[in-house]
Amino acid sequence: MALLHFLKPDNALEDGGRDRLPVQADAMEPELTCPECRKSTPVSLLQARYMVCPCGHHFRMNARQRIRMVTDANSFREEFEDVVGEDPLHFPGYPGKRESARAASGEKEAVICGTGTVGGVPCALFFMEPRFMMGSMGSAVGERITRIFELALERHLPVVGFTVSGGARMQEGLLSLMQMAKISAAVRRHSDAGLLYIAVLTDPTTGGVTASFAMEADIALAEPGATIGFAGRRIVEQTTGKRLPGDFQKAETVEQEGFIDRIVPRQQMKPLLTQLLAMHPAGGKRR
Amino acid sequence: MNRTVSDAYAAVEAARNSSRPTGLDYISNVFTSFLELHGDRGSGDDPSLVGGLARLDGCPVTVLAVEKGHTARQRQARNFGSVHPEGYRKALRLMRQAQKFRRPVVCFVDTAGAGCGLADEQHGIGQAIAENLKELAGLSVPVISVIIGEGGSGGALGLALADQVWMLEGAYYSVISPEGCAQILWKDPKKVSEAAVCLHLTADDALALGVTDRIIQEKDIGKKPFFDRLRESLSEELQKLGQDPDLLAKRYARFRRF
Repeated sequence: MALLHFLKPDNALEDGGRDRLPVQADAMEPELTCPECRKSTPVSLLQARYMVCPCGHHFRMNARQRIRMVTDANSFREEFEDVVGEDPLHFPGYPGKRESARAASGEKEAVICGTGTVGGVPCALFFMEPRFMMGSMGSAVGERITRIFELALERHLPVVGFTVSGGARMQEGLLSLMQMAKISAAVRRHSDAGLLYIAVLTDPTTGGVTASFAMEADIALAEPGATIGFAGRRIVEQTTGKRLPGDFQKAETVEQEGFIDRIVPRQQMKPLLTQLLAMHPAGGKRR
Repeated sequence: MNRTVSDAYAAVEAARNSSRPTGLDYISNVFTSFLELHGDRGSGDDPSLVGGLARLDGCPVTVLAVEKGHTARQRQARNFGSVHPEGYRKALRLMRQAQKFRRPVVCFVDTAGAGCGLADEQHGIGQAIAENLKELAGLSVPVISVIIGEGGSGGALGLALADQVWMLEGAYYSVISPEGCAQILWKDPKKVSEAAVCLHLTADDALALGVTDRIIQEKDIGKKPFFDRLRESLSEELQKLGQDPDLLAKRYARFRRF
């Protein structure tokens, strides 16, 4: 007992400042190594803390985990599951890529849409899926997101959307570019009706998604450390011929530059969304 | 759509040729009394996006044009037609002005892509394009966009969410450059020709996909009959659009179908 007592933190600060990792981690349990602090943490432990490393680093999170994190228990109803992509241009290798994305993510497309309540407030929601071709936006993604804005307009609901995307899905060519226009038009109609749209930009939000609905919200939040930008780092380095600083396109930088309202750590996300939604009583009603 | 490998990429190379008419050539030959208006009222004036007032067959219109320049010096000064956030925000300001004064908007698009320097990112190039898309989606006056050379991705779309999108027969319109596509998908820069075919980026492709509404023939390009023809087409179409009570609903439907 004396030894165990010795291992215990002797003050609350220490207790709160350190993560209680098991003294001897189960060798069989999968772990994730943090790219920031280099420490490994068992996945089960990370899942219990919204995939946030004890050092504060936010690991990528899949869409279903986010749904559980943000929506009230059992309130989420998925919509438009039947909207799935095709291969309109017969692009070489695309069907195979999509199949492996489906296997890797367990999802049929790179976004999940639906309705649910957040802190008791009914919302329309979308969650992009990083394991599905890094959330790339093709016609099905565009269609699902457009429909959720149209549904929100019809039912006078606010929209809360989590973005994560490498940009437009080039395998669908111009048809994926057109999704930027299609979604933007739906966002505009929803906005003109006086309804609230909150976007949460997560790592990474880039390309055509940044240049459309990610940056069209009334309130744009971001997760700590998320990469948020238009052109990729490599392209900008090639253009400028210079190495870019480490904080290039980091959420904290983008906030300073004036393009993000707030950076919100995951543990505070739902309380903050709840607060914001409550402050917009007209954001979910016809004016 | 039965283009051969060489055709599609040849179209891209031709569209990039610096001897093609640029935005300012169109402005000075299609319109009269052009008055350039500068600045985004926030942080600067972008020479790669020229905007202002002009008359089309006597009627006032707002003109927005990407300008690439012809000579090396001009091209450098115009950032090779890669528009900065300040350029998109100047366009935004002039679109809103057009709406206030009930003027139609005509855009000439010719960009390899939006600006991709460090300052472009720092000044919110993505947000600037997004804002234009949202604005154009609800702009209550007629908008026609003509892709005259390069239609490079979001940078082009930021000026092309329009009631009518026309494309020169030798222009291209693509979600990504064939070079970028070959690099990202196949890690092989030599596959640009294949990428150009796969991307369906030629004027014929874009029309077949319904992305554009009309192909502008290039007969006599750069000469008076060419510009006269274009003026006539624009004038005729703007008149039609101007009388359409369902303009916004139709614009919504035009992009909703994709």
